[in-house]
Amino acid sequence: MAELTYRDAVAAGIAQEMERDEDVVFLGEDIAAAGGVFKATVGLLDKFGPERVRDTPIAEQAILGAAMGAAMTGLRPIAEIMFSDFFAVCWDIVVNEIAKTRYMTNGQINLPLVIRTANGGGLRFGAQHSQSIENWAMMIPGLKVVAPSSPADVKGLLAAAIRDPDPVIFFEHKALYPTKGEVPDGEHVEELGKAKILRDGDDLTIAALAAMVPRAVEAAERLKDEHGIECTVVDIRSLVPLDTQTLFREVSKTGRLFTVEENPRLCGWGAELSSLVSEEIFWELDAPIVRITTPHIPLPAADQLEDLTIPSVDRITDTILKSLG
Amino acid sequence: MAKKTEKNNDDIGEDVRLALYRSQQEVRQLEKRAYDLFLQNLIKGTSHLCIGQEAIAAGFATAMKPGDWSFCTYRGHGHTLARGASMTGVLGELMGRECGLLAGKGGSMHLTDVEKGAMGSYAIIGAHLPIAMGAAWKAQYKKTGEVAVCFFGDGTTNIGAFHEALSMSATWKLPVVFVCENNLYMEYTSIGDVTPVEHPAADRAPAYGLPKIIVDGNDADAVYRAARTAFDLARAGGGPSLIEAKTYRHHGHSRADPGKYRPDDEVKAWMARDPIPFYRQRLLDFGVSEASITAIEEEVAAAVNVATEEAKASPPPSQDLILKDVWADGGWAWRN
Repeated sequence: MAELTYRDAVAAGIAQEMERDEDVVFLGEDIAAAGGVFKATVGLLDKFGPERVRDTPIAEQAILGAAMGAAMTGLRPIAEIMFSDFFAVCWDIVVNEIAKTRYMTNGQINLPLVIRTANGGGLRFGAQHSQSIENWAMMIPGLKVVAPSSPADVKGLLAAAIRDPDPVIFFEHKALYPTKGEVPDGEHVEELGKAKILRDGDDLTIAALAAMVPRAVEAAERLKDEHGIECTVVDIRSLVPLDTQTLFREVSKTGRLFTVEENPRLCGWGAELSSLVSEEIFWELDAPIVRITTPHIPLPAADQLEDLTIPSVDRITDTILKSLG
Repeated sequence: MAKKTEKNNDDIGEDVRLALYRSQQEVRQLEKRAYDLFLQNLIKGTSHLCIGQEAIAAGFATAMKPGDWSFCTYRGHGHTLARGASMTGVLGELMGRECGLLAGKGGSMHLTDVEKGAMGSYAIIGAHLPIAMGAAWKAQYKKTGEVAVCFFGDGTTNIGAFHEALSMSATWKLPVVFVCENNLYMEYTSIGDVTPVEHPAADRAPAYGLPKIIVDGNDADAVYRAARTAFDLARAGGGPSLIEAKTYRHHGHSRADPGKYRPDDEVKAWMARDPIPFYRQRLLDFGVSEASITAIEEEVAAAVNVATEEAKASPPPSQDLILKDVWADGGWAWRN
């Protein structure tokens, strides 16, 4: 085991896959010579050369179109969209082209590609560089959607996404880039579509994603230390495919579900989880499901405002305590 | 006009000319049949016919090699057919039958036949220019010598994806040929009314360091020559070309459009320049016999009839297809 930052795990995952498969190529804005605006791709240009690691113009439709065309003719491209907010300027390529082409062509075209992007808030960047948009991707048939919370998962899930034969949107959380964690030595590949139980407790279940995972874990620790409440924490990790089996098992065990979502409230991923639990294991519940989300507003920029907007450890803890009465 | 004495001695040659004529006839006759089937309500939804623009599909497809890729728009029946897709597959898809190229899952606007290099018909304006560029990137990276050809209309030259693809393809020197079929109308509006330059594609080429190329899109020989030149350049590592082919669609934009916004004189002038009688006359001028020309026309007519009957006889697609092929494993599961 080596300790890596979340940021270094990105480059490690890409390098691992580029070494084993020469069809893996990588393109995006500032990703090669500059090593990425978040320094998550440092060293890849030197290691693999400019034919495989290519800087592009600021042209997101060109980036994703190029990835799609290369994927349908035999490569396994990784494309970077620098901030997930920029999906809004190339969403046609994602939704109308990449997501639908395999189905529309009756399976004639495969699209083994990964789109990496820096998602989420916490860096005071304001409403156009801080959104959590994983639910945009989740609602489109034909896209797999992954959002890791730890360096080990960044490397392992990114490797799995690159090997996957279908398009995967890979949401890295920009506030997690400096965080550190143990990453297994040697080749590391996780399985897509598996949630991970980070903490086991009998009183309630918290489902969280990406940057909300460490906050959920901290809230769970506080609830135990200060109130003797035992929480299970499930890191959802993959929205599509969704590991409903693990979710249902853990909710059935505790009888209570809290979701912690960074997205604005409406149609967040927690709404789908809530719907599934209500429809399929309603009688296992002891109390209504509670969703803890960002309010349904654009994100403000200033420290104090942003901190009060995105679910915090305090808010998670308080909401749970209030709900338990 | 070439003289009869040049018959076997010019840069195109009789075999290629006969192939160009046959291809134009196939596209014309199949599109006419599609129109008839519409009127009989055997084809549903919408459809965008390319009658009048056949010389472009024929000229490029005839110059392409197996392994080259074509990408086209919703006005793509002709381009797909010209790459060698079966008539039954095309008509079957338009009619929503099991025998369709996409088994009925795509429809008129999405004809695709990967085996023939027809890499899809894209119905969102501009989207397929970057996608064709990506295929060219693969050819460049793997040094395989393939060329990607991307067909689009004049209306596409005003959307962002056009400029993004031109800019990046030219910078990366990719083997991709962008072909603007300028039929003078962006859907229902004259392209001149909504574009700041006279030649919507060619006048933009210098912005990307590319030469201004305009060809007569109703002359299959001119199209074929332009295609050959662009493919040679692309295969030699010289990068992309942007070709503007001037043409005219005989019908409206789509099924719902009678095309009444076009002045009568303009329609009359372009109908007189119909690419097919024009090319027929050229074959005669080159000494091809009336009998061999008629034989091609009759063979194509017979093939269209056979395809029509096959498509009509084909059942609707199996319901099992609804939940198939979202993912590469053939399934659609989003949860366990």
